[in-house]
Amino acid sequence: MACWGHGRNVVAEPLLSVKGLSKQFGGVVAADDLNLDVLPGEIHAVIGPNGAGKTTMLNLLSGQLKPDRGTIRFAGGDIARLSPAGRSHLGLARSFQITSIFRDFSVLDNVALAIQAHDGHGFRFWRPARGEERLRGPAARVLEQVGLGARSDMLAGNLAHGEQRQLEIAVALATRPRLLLLDEPMAGMGRDASDRMIEFLRSLKGEYAMLLVEHDMDAVFALADRITVLVYGRAIASGTPEEIRADRDVRDAYLGDDEAA
Amino acid sequence: MRNAITSRRGIVTLAVFAVIASMPVLGPALGQPFYVDVFTRVMIWGIAAVSLNLILGYGGMISFGHAAYLGLAGYTIGIMSDAGIDNGFLQWPVALAVCGLAALVIGAICLRTRGLYFIMITLAFGQMIFFLGVSSDRYGSNDGLPIYSRSEFKLGGAELDLGNGTLFYYVTFVLLLASIYAVYRIVNSRFGMVIRGSKSNEARMNAIGVSTYRYKLTAFVIAGVMCGVAGVLMANFERFVSPDTMDWPQSGEMIFMVVLGGIGSLFGPVLGAAVFLLLSEFLSNIMESKNIIFGPFLILVVLFARGGVNGLLGSRAERRG
Ligand SMILES: Nc1ncnc2c1ncn2[C@@H]1O[C@H](COP(=O)(O)OP(=O)(O)O)[C@@H](O)[C@H]1O
Ligand SMILES: [Mg+2]
Repeated sequence: MACWGHGRNVVAEPLLSVKGLSKQFGGVVAADDLNLDVLPGEIHAVIGPNGAGKTTMLNLLSGQLKPDRGTIRFAGGDIARLSPAGRSHLGLARSFQITSIFRDFSVLDNVALAIQAHDGHGFRFWRPARGEERLRGPAARVLEQVGLGARSDMLAGNLAHGEQRQLEIAVALATRPRLLLLDEPMAGMGRDASDRMIEFLRSLKGEYAMLLVEHDMDAVFALADRITVLVYGRAIASGTPEEIRADRDVRDAYLGDDEAA
Repeated sequence: MRNAITSRRGIVTLAVFAVIASMPVLGPALGQPFYVDVFTRVMIWGIAAVSLNLILGYGGMISFGHAAYLGLAGYTIGIMSDAGIDNGFLQWPVALAVCGLAALVIGAICLRTRGLYFIMITLAFGQMIFFLGVSSDRYGSNDGLPIYSRSEFKLGGAELDLGNGTLFYYVTFVLLLASIYAVYRIVNSRFGMVIRGSKSNEARMNAIGVSTYRYKLTAFVIAGVMCGVAGVLMANFERFVSPDTMDWPQSGEMIFMVVLGGIGSLFGPVLGAAVFLLLSEFLSNIMESKNIIFGPFLILVVLFARGGVNGLLGSRAERRG
């Protein structure tokens, strides 16, 4: 594994620090002794071919899957055995590669529910939740922020694909995370929509740390502070965008044809 | 347009409830006093179906053992009455507590499973309680347990005499309205949003920081207690409880009522209970086995009227959408 840039990183304490993370599905090694960290405010991109184990890695980090081995330190403690809900409360939020929203709720309800989940009072049985300014206000502001303000009352399932991807991010943001785990946020988007998403993610830069899994190379090189390349569950290279662009192994394994074209 | 359509559902629902409300007068006036009995049963089953709808319709928990609470509540009333305790102020809370406790235990185990397993294990618990009834020789086993006097509610000099059919009818009516209103409040509360969110997308619910188990278990217990109310009324009305009250076909019929009326709609389960019971009353007068009709009927509802009666009353756009 090629490693650069360590000298640059010694100052800041990583927000997320993964060591020796491994996961097997039967004979398939989806995560193979992964080491990786994300600094506060940093965008760390993970690229790699289909089936490389990128989604598996995010599932391990967010708690959908339990690792076979390895530690995940987040904000100071090991979270590898914590439930997804517990991790969300520590400040970990994720978006899914396949859009995962409450399709039969309104757009505003989707976000308000995420606000409610972090407001700490779910066991209230009588007062109408839709009348609570404490939930609706912040939810409406998040929707404005992602540009879905005009869609508030629409059924989430009726949004256009690109808007559903935006909502996916809005729901994650509504939990006030410290680290965003984004699984191909531009998946299935047209050029324009994906440019807007890149701009939007850029506007969040510094405010949130991000672990960005993405296929779109323009997006990755435009946004990332650091890039890790995953192949067959292994991190084969990690470094700055320039270093990755120049890396021979990476070009052979993955970028090769892309870059030549 | 939209208002006219909304009000079609509103008008029909209101009309149904007006008919129910006036049946003690309407029935005898039409020369059909037994309608009062039929509609008392409609309301009791309505409460049961409303309670099942809370977890099935809003929470996506397909419980196939919900009739257990009808039986548990009924047997509690019957056994207490057998022991000489007829005081309703004692009987009813004990019956509901038994249901709540049973739901807590059953739910705590069943809610660790999903999908088909959940259906099967709730069915298994339901049948376990059924066999408990069958094997209780002391309380009539298969023959059931007669209940000689209705629950007594005496306070000072005043008495609520449930032996009075009309009074019993309106007590049931008020409890039906109360259970619908309770479900209405619950499903729109913060708690309700979590329950509905878990049905809609559980992985997302977890990812935004909610462990759904405790919420689903709470809903399961609420539904069990609410169904217990129906069981208490049923025992008082029929003056009899037997293992058949909680056999699995009863749980199946309850699901049928919910599906027929409209899953996850507020009034649907009551409409479903009404259509089901009135139809079976009618069919049992003209043929041996009503199931020859009910089987295909259920298939047609599932294929062509997903929203049940409640859905049919909605707009065309709504049905398509
Ligand atoms: N739940 C699972 N069960 C079995 N195999 C899985 C599961 N999830 C992923 N895999 C396998 O693990 C490998 C990595 O998949 P994934 O993480 O989805 O890759 P990527 O997101 O990089 O495309 C693939 O070979 C995939 O088939
Ligand atoms: Mg993937």
